[in-house]
Amino acid sequence: MRARVLVRPKAGILDPQGVAVQRALPALGFEGVADVNVGRLIELDVEDPSQLEAMCEKLLVNPLIEDYSIQWPEADGRSQDAGPHAPRG
Amino acid sequence: MAGGRWPVSGRGAARPAGLSLLRFGVVRFPGSCDEVDALLACERVPSAEAQILWHGDADLHGVDAVVIPGGFSYGDYLRVGAIARFSPVMGAVQDFARDGGLVLGICNGFQVLCEAGLLPGALLPNVELRFLCRQVNVEVANADTPFTRDCEAGELLSIPVKHTTGRYYAPPGVLQSLDAHGQIVLTYAHDHNPNGSSNDIAGVCNEQGNVFGLMPHPEHAVDPLTGSTDGLKVFASLA
Repeated sequence: MRARVLVRPKAGILDPQGVAVQRALPALGFEGVADVNVGRLIELDVEDPSQLEAMCEKLLVNPLIEDYSIQWPEADGRSQDAGPHAPRG
Repeated sequence: MAGGRWPVSGRGAARPAGLSLLRFGVVRFPGSCDEVDALLACERVPSAEAQILWHGDADLHGVDAVVIPGGFSYGDYLRVGAIARFSPVMGAVQDFARDGGLVLGICNGFQVLCEAGLLPGALLPNVELRFLCRQVNVEVANADTPFTRDCEAGELLSIPVKHTTGRYYAPPGVLQSLDAHGQIVLTYAHDHNPNGSSNDIAGVCNEQGNVFGLMPHPEHAVDPLTGSTDGLKVFASLA
């Protein structure tokens, strides 16, 4: 099954890439942008979806510095977040 | 840190003086680039010899101390150090470290040791997002470790840094614990923190004191030709 893992810098840790993007947007005339974070997207086909969280904890994500959420785009278009690592509001 | 934390048994035990050479093993990953400088730095220690350890070999070949060198192991793919930590040699390094063996991680090696959980914390992109290559002063915050015992507490060492991902981070509680247990071994001197590291931390050790990682490159500061020989003290401390 196709899965998406969205990885983002953990809340409270300085994200200099996000800061740089946030500063660049007003220079292009886009106002009203705040709290920008730059993370990464990992897409993968997994035979056993129940293993994906363990894959995240062991390799795909460093939980000390990153949060993540898991999406299953084929499952009725619904997204599913991984418990304690759900995206920040 | 108490002198009694120096490992006295196991494969990494301190050798009786004068009996044999200290044997360094320097790991080579695909993408390592400082392993030869590290090898040469080890060989400058009068009572030491050094050999390369291949990343795909789970055997440390009986070395007394392991150096994880700088570079871009496995292309820094995913996260710095994230892939290298699962290489066969790192399984052996985990066991070696658990038995009290001496492990020194430099730059990418520091990143690998953090990813492997052998050292606390993580390395994040520099605050200014740029690759930095410059000589910095670092202060010896703890001279009572196997890696700094040839230094004086408070001594300044002139050693280069060269990295993009060198901002040391650990949660506040961990930083307090590191401080309380003498695990902050090197700090950047005043106005010399190049990357935004928490508490100016340049190098930390584990609680047992036998695993040490630092972002500056002591192996590049071992010859007067390059301006400083201060880095040699790190290698000589182990002999």
